Amino acid sequence: MELLERFARGDIGAFEALFREFQGSMYGWIVRIVRDRDVAEELTVEAFWHVYRAHARFDPDGNFAGWARRIATNLALDYLKKARRELPLMVDPADEPGANPALQRELREQITRAFSQLSPKLRVVATLALVESVPYGEIARALGLSETTLRVRMFRATRILREQLRSFRGVEL
Amino acid sequence: MNEIHEREVRKLLKKAVPPVRAELRRDLWPQMLRRIEQPRRPVPWIDWALAATVTALLLLFPKAIPVLLYHL
Repeated sequence: MELLERFARGDIGAFEALFREFQGSMYGWIVRIVRDRDVAEELTVEAFWHVYRAHARFDPDGNFAGWARRIATNLALDYLKKARRELPLMVDPADEPGANPALQRELREQITRAFSQLSPKLRVVATLALVESVPYGEIARALGLSETTLRVRMFRATRILREQLRSFRGVEL
Repeated sequence: MNEIHEREVRKLLKKAVPPVRAELRRDLWPQMLRRIEQPRRPVPWIDWALAATVTALLLLFPKAIPVLLYHL
């Protein structure tokens, strides 16, 4: 029997095989949204827990990775909704591009503040599209949105970010 | 017009916030197994109370449904 069929029937061995195959990509996707490695690990496990519990609803002819990613994206979005503090954008503070560290730091703080002005729904699309350069179609599928809705959200997010970052526009770093 | 704005913002972000290059640091299967073996937590009474309150409010003020859906 095929792996996905076995998974849909609740076979834990099949689930383990899928987990091992997709845990890396799932983690990679979540960390790009939540920008925190520890949180991303916890959410990866939580997302697969939801996947495991929903095995009976999975269509073995369907796309497992896409289905699981959508579950993970919803969990990451829930995390952003519940997080009350200003969330960081830099996952690895050591990764500092550019030549002027003081200006870089100031700009990063400004960007972090600007992102904190976005609602979680706008923050997700802005982070994935503008920082991570994920194609619109991929983001739309992960969020279960049409591309038109995604473009509307991008328009709103860009407008807010542009307003917030206006003082930095045109500055040579 | 928005594409131009988007390009400007994207350009600015690229200068300060690099995309994540995240590799998983360890195998998460042991954690996954622990999570599977954990007994399911019962839903706290406060969640039921909140759900009942929201349902009652929506029945009383159905015009609030689109507002609620927008914020979900």
